[in-house]
Amino acid sequence: MRVPKSLTSWFYVSPLLLVIIPFFVMPIIVVIAASFMQGDGFGGILPTFTWENYQGVFSEQLTWNLYVSTVKFTVLTWFFTLIIGFWIAYYLVFHIRSELLAMGLFLLCTVPFWTSNIIRMISWIPLLGQNGLVNMALVGSGVVKEPLKVLLFSDFSVVVAYVHQLTIFMIVPIFNSLARVDKRVVEAARDAGASRWDIMRRIILPLSRSGIALGSIFVISIVMGDFFVVKVMSGGNSASVVAALFENISVLQYPPAAAHAVVLMIVVVIMIGAILRTVDIRKEITQ
Amino acid sequence: MSESIDKPKDATTVDATAAPSDDTGVNEGRRSLLKSAAAVAGATGTQAITGFPLIWAQEIKDIELRHVGVSYSVVKAIGDQASKDLGFKVTMQNLDTSAAINRFVTQPNSVDIADVEGWQAKLATKRSVLQGIERKRIKEFDNILPIFTKGAIDGKVVSRQGISPYEAMYISSKDATDLHEGVTDWMTFLPQVYNADSIGYRPDLIKKPITEWKELINPEYKGKAAILDVPAIGIMDAALCFESAGEIKYGNKGNMTKSEIDFTINRLIELKKAGHFRATWTTFDQSVQLMAAGEVIVQSMWSPAVAAVRVKGMPCIYAPVNKKGDKEGYRGWCNGMALMRHLSGKKLEAAYEYLNWYLSGWQGGFVARYGYYSPVPSTAKKFLSANEWDYWYEGKPAKETILDPYGVVMEKAGALRDGGSFLERVTNISCWNTLMDEAQYMNKRWNDFKVA
Repeated sequence: MRVPKSLTSWFYVSPLLLVIIPFFVMPIIVVIAASFMQGDGFGGILPTFTWENYQGVFSEQLTWNLYVSTVKFTVLTWFFTLIIGFWIAYYLVFHIRSELLAMGLFLLCTVPFWTSNIIRMISWIPLLGQNGLVNMALVGSGVVKEPLKVLLFSDFSVVVAYVHQLTIFMIVPIFNSLARVDKRVVEAARDAGASRWDIMRRIILPLSRSGIALGSIFVISIVMGDFFVVKVMSGGNSASVVAALFENISVLQYPPAAAHAVVLMIVVVIMIGAILRTVDIRKEITQ
Repeated sequence: MSESIDKPKDATTVDATAAPSDDTGVNEGRRSLLKSAAAVAGATGTQAITGFPLIWAQEIKDIELRHVGVSYSVVKAIGDQASKDLGFKVTMQNLDTSAAINRFVTQPNSVDIADVEGWQAKLATKRSVLQGIERKRIKEFDNILPIFTKGAIDGKVVSRQGISPYEAMYISSKDATDLHEGVTDWMTFLPQVYNADSIGYRPDLIKKPITEWKELINPEYKGKAAILDVPAIGIMDAALCFESAGEIKYGNKGNMTKSEIDFTINRLIELKKAGHFRATWTTFDQSVQLMAAGEVIVQSMWSPAVAAVRVKGMPCIYAPVNKKGDKEGYRGWCNGMALMRHLSGKKLEAAYEYLNWYLSGWQGGFVARYGYYSPVPSTAKKFLSANEWDYWYEGKPAKETILDPYGVVMEKAGALRDGGSFLERVTNISCWNTLMDEAQYMNKRWNDFKVA
């Protein structure tokens, strides 16, 4: 007896479907439905159809400000994690001769990530505070007269915490894609008289595209969806899209929060879609 | 930690348990005391349960009550003591304010006792997730302070700005969804702990005593001030500041009009842009850290947080902001216990036992040791030493060291409670934690402030 081919493929994807449908698809449908309904002011949702929540989202200056703020953090974090992540991955792949040592150092990069996100973030506070180590060193060495306030509870500290938390998400995929670059291609280029810059620009970067794209997806989607780091590290001086919709939820204003969530989801999907358009990750990974 | 938790609460039972293991060479008086102690223990079956018949004790031993709420109100040590005294299990679960109300409303069956503030009681009652508490079954009801039964104390009407506990406490029938003015046979929630919030400041860095909210927005402290970032109550702290500075007069700080909200937020944004706020804080720990690390020298604050800063060795004062005409005053809050609608049968009986236990004094004594008040101080008094009572409730100087509920030294002899006696503090409450009618608009504007 032969099982029809379509049935076997359904069988293969069934474990994934069993997880995704109840825990992802259903909640999203509920959120989308709620975003078109009205709240009764006491946490109840009236099953009516209205565009009000979306009108609210799109007509407010606040929405714009929140997105500007969130995108600013996203771009800065993406930029620094990319530079640092690429730098480290490149060094590990091309400058460490022993493969064993390279793997060892790679694993070392993950060590800080054995502790909780929150601990890693909070530990910046005593370091960057007005009476913190950095300021003590700066004042002690006479570089500045007064402790720098901008080190903590500022955009700076938010980006520092993000970069610290998320660089590993860049290192891993970039390391992975660089490791698959055929070293003989680089040698051939060098023999043919290419400069280091040419090699980087024409060989290494194009071949690490898939790693960069994957890392970017991780970093962008995490920062866009975060509110805790912003809240703690900015000392409440900045907000993010999710922080704002969380305030709605805290007073049971579910429909406007749902509308904000749907809009955010669409924005993130567009951003990731743009990345995927420039790099065919599937093709590059399976090649 | 748990060691020190046990110390104060065991004080009352130590004699009974230690006595039987004593040597036999005791005099007659001691022996008869032992006998009577044994008799009491035998009659009740188990030592933990006192005053209930044996059958009841066996029926309830498998019951578990889940008491859910914020960490400063739903305290594990209190639940442990209740389990011990009552013979059934009480589990304390902590959530932040917003997660708590979301859970009460969306998953009411996952909670037995909801720990709510007045505004949450109002909301949960509207949503029909609670059942009324039968007033007659609350043994200490007649001893509950008139703040909660008449909306007044010491002959003075307690402020009704915001949602006062009195206002949110009564409903006309067991399943009513609208609040009722004045005492009825049914209650939405039973108050268990409350306090009056104001400003904390560092007296070593601010040389003058602070007694007015406007000092929080004083340009002298630019870059060294912080404010509470929970919109519903943060905006009231801000309102108290602007009112204190004479910039505006609110109809009701606890239920502002749109234009009042706009004025308040616009001023906050101005202050923020001028660099006035070093930070805003959302949790108890954050406020302590800000102050102890020297980032901030004046901020709106909670009383035990001020104490926590002092325990860290930093001087910190809780500003007494007594009312001056229409200005100033504390922002009051009150948490109480509500029965979820799904409770019935033995579990409901147990819940009533639990509510009654709460007002019977042990808990009142416990929370007094970090500066919170019981709605029935007369029972709490029995669980406090004269020194503690005088210090926390009467506002008199401590005669001996003051310890917190876990045995840590809080104050040395001679210390005086900031803000004075219970009556002085409570009669100076000028508004209560709230949820405004314009909450959605206010939240949006608060986010404008956050992102500015």
